[in-house]
Amino acid sequence: MNLELSDADRAFQAEVRDFVRSSLPPELAERNRRHMHLAKQDYVTWHRLLNKRGWGAPNWPKEFGGTDWNPVQRYIFDEECAIADAPPLVPFGISMVGPVIYTFGTPAQKAHYLPRILSMEDWWCQGYSEPGSGSDLASLRTRAESDGDDYIVTGHKIWTTQAHFADMMFCLVRTDAQAKPQEGISFLLIDMKTPGITVRPIISIDEGHGVNEVFLDGVRVPKANRIGQEGKGWTYAKFLLGNERTTIAEVSTSKQRLRRLKTIARAEMAQGASLLEDPAFRDKVAAVEIELLALEYTNLRVLAAETAGKGVGPEASMLKIRGSEIQQTITELVCEALGYYAAPFEHAPEGSNLAPLGPDYAQGRMESFLYNRATTIYGGSNEIQRNIIAKMVLGL
Amino acid sequence: MDFQLSDEQKLLADSLEGWLRKQYAFEDWRKLVRSELGYSQANWQTFAEMGWLGVALPEDHGGLGGGPVETMVIAERFGAALVAEPYFSSIVLGGGLVAIAGDQAQQAEILPKLAEGRIKLAFAFAEHGSRFALNEVATKATKTGAGYAISGKKIVVWDAPGADLLIVLARTAGGSGDENGLGLFLVDNKAAGVTRRDYRTVDARRAADISFENASAIALGDAEAAFPHVMAVVDKAIAYLAAEAVGAMQVLHETTLAYVKTRKQFGRAIGDFQVIQHRMVDMMIHLESARSLALLATLKADAPAPERAKAAAAAKVQIGKSGRWVGQQAVQLHGGMGMTDELNVGHYMKRLMMIDTAFGHADYHQRRFAALANAEAA
Ligand SMILES: Cc1cc2nc3c(=O)[nH]c(=O)nc-3n(C[C@H](O)[C@H](O)[C@H](O)COP(=O)(O)OP(=O)(O)OC[C@H]3O[C@@H](n4cnc5c(N)ncnc54)[C@H](O)[C@@H]3O)c2cc1C
Ligand SMILES: Cc1cc2nc3c(=O)[nH]c(=O)nc-3n(C[C@H](O)[C@H](O)[C@H](O)COP(=O)(O)OP(=O)(O)OC[C@H]3O[C@@H](n4cnc5c(N)ncnc54)[C@H](O)[C@@H]3O)c2cc1C
Repeated sequence: MNLELSDADRAFQAEVRDFVRSSLPPELAERNRRHMHLAKQDYVTWHRLLNKRGWGAPNWPKEFGGTDWNPVQRYIFDEECAIADAPPLVPFGISMVGPVIYTFGTPAQKAHYLPRILSMEDWWCQGYSEPGSGSDLASLRTRAESDGDDYIVTGHKIWTTQAHFADMMFCLVRTDAQAKPQEGISFLLIDMKTPGITVRPIISIDEGHGVNEVFLDGVRVPKANRIGQEGKGWTYAKFLLGNERTTIAEVSTSKQRLRRLKTIARAEMAQGASLLEDPAFRDKVAAVEIELLALEYTNLRVLAAETAGKGVGPEASMLKIRGSEIQQTITELVCEALGYYAAPFEHAPEGSNLAPLGPDYAQGRMESFLYNRATTIYGGSNEIQRNIIAKMVLGL
Repeated sequence: MDFQLSDEQKLLADSLEGWLRKQYAFEDWRKLVRSELGYSQANWQTFAEMGWLGVALPEDHGGLGGGPVETMVIAERFGAALVAEPYFSSIVLGGGLVAIAGDQAQQAEILPKLAEGRIKLAFAFAEHGSRFALNEVATKATKTGAGYAISGKKIVVWDAPGADLLIVLARTAGGSGDENGLGLFLVDNKAAGVTRRDYRTVDARRAADISFENASAIALGDAEAAFPHVMAVVDKAIAYLAAEAVGAMQVLHETTLAYVKTRKQFGRAIGDFQVIQHRMVDMMIHLESARSLALLATLKADAPAPERAKAAAAAKVQIGKSGRWVGQQAVQLHGGMGMTDELNVGHYMKRLMMIDTAFGHADYHQRRFAALANAEAA
């Protein structure tokens, strides 16, 4: 056992740092610091810069255009991107559907979709949840009826993140109404431009637009766009959720937010000293820093086990639970650090010359807190994650 | 001991509830907070006619002479309906300060107009750099021939955009943290030397950052000894906020309880799951603990300073913690729905968060409570 980075790791770290420093446009980092929701182009720009360098899919094997990085390298990469305030990588293509396609897809599907994910020619969205099927995903009702070489898909998806940016949606549909709930589900890749699809925005509590409703009305989808076997969609969906749970720990993002929290608390004054010297506040910062340290090393242990070939087990739910709770604690502490300047909630219109309200570091912090309330809800709520551990790990 | 409302107080509660039910549904609120002003002037006039504005103002000056309990009855109902009209700023803070610090002539001039809804006040006290300490005031008031000139910067002045008169906490003598040498000053919101940057706050209310550059002002009472008055009014204001928070938490608890009984997943109501049941129970315990300390702060609002302050500090700690917890759990138990701007739940959560911030978070008041309790023990 050894916690030190090897010389090779260090060289890799320097390489990533140099690249990020020289390639990330400063105004992009600035926008990412200030806003919860970025424009589509901002995500695409950063992704394409990475992809040009060969890092478009850090988590993929080389044969599909990935990096073959080991967990330590991925960890270093995430860290360096977060430290530089690089926009987050859009997970839907590279973390979610990509691995499903290269693991279960046909040669034709791999050849067509994987390069388009790498180049971000296609933006993907995740069509799982429905109004009646959130935690109980297997009860989903969107139905796909066979019509020769096609399915005709009709239903209603909800909470579909960035469907308004998306070219493609990976979608769970019911192909067999008679089978047991989990056994009648298939996994389809749907072109968002197909007639019969309507996307309607949902405004969230941060007043931003990230999620949507997607209505499917007689949407014709070629059977060639089905992943794997008919009726086996649940297996692929769960494989994907397992991956989602490890990425959702957001350790590097939390570490960057923690650094920002300290910067803010150092600048804010409380009774003649900086807020970071205030014993009560300092202790709360230390407490969450310790929690984050525990998460960081649990995450590294899980990733190491994954590389050792054990796959992502239900233990990954732990990472999701702690990761989301820590994100919420930190973003809440940031708002607390701002004192009264947590309150102003107005965005100067893009390009306006109005000075920001309050200190510059206050910009976007409340939005971030508010949107992060969803981290304990999406990707399987924390209640559901605890149920999974209780059942799958503890045998309860 | 008696925790019952009197018959008159019950009537007040009924009239508030009746009006709010008819005129202040969530959809009405949503329209109001999206308007330029952020609330309704017509509603404000109704509040005056119903006697709600004057209920706790002194009888000699157009009020009904009610006390903290009447204020609590109003606060709780307003909290339950998210009322955006500036009752807190104009009546509880503004009216409270005039009634305690103003001289007879000032009271006679201002209070009747307040009760009739003809003027509105806002209290400018916070400064960036003083965080929540009310004695850390850098804004200066300098004696001029006719009165005073105010210079300095105040931040996040609640309801300033719609106010006629500002009450500004400023220093006439002493250094930044001194409790002596502080005065309250009346400044016309449109006076020369007053520059306001108006904005919306996260709870959909209005506030402003205000810079004063030699703005002409008159002192509200003694220009050097206002601090004890400020503390007395702030403690009453905390009692108001505590009751407002209780009203808001009550709605969240009821709404969430109804939701978990009807929302079905896995073939049954999510309220069937024990995790959810226990969460609902803990929400109730938070709500009832907050209600108890809101009551305590209310009933001690006119007690001698240390006793009053201790009760206010205790209430502020409890509503801070409970408000955040209840708000966040209400969102959590509504799942994706809880995250939407369309549902009322998130708006209550945001208001509760701002209530925790007002006059200092739970931490701040916990330290204040400890200091008061230790002083008592010594
Ligand atoms: C911001 C955001 C982005 C999202 N993005 C996407 C996306 O891109 N694609 C997509 O398909 N979905 C997305 N979702 C949907 C998300 O996965 C669901 O919201 C989530 O699965 C919960 O479902 P629900 O909202 O229907 O809540 P419900 O399932 O109704 O749950 C309500 C509450 O009950 C609890 N609960 C439910 N069942 C149990 C149980 N058995 N035991 C204990 N507690 C229980 C839940 O934990 C929750 O607190 C997103 C959601 C949000 C908020
Ligand atoms: C110091 C002490 C003094 C006592 N004095 C008396 C006395 O004077 N007279 C008397 O008659 N008894 C007395 N008791 C007994 C006490 O009432 C029992 O210990 C108690 O009811 C729990 O029962 P148990 O110990 O069998 O634990 P169990 O009932 O087996 O419970 C074990 C754990 O499971 C939990 N649990 C059980 N059922 C559920 C459920 N449905 N949902 C969620 N959680 C559950 C419990 O909360 C507990 O954490 C005393 C116990 C102690 C420790």
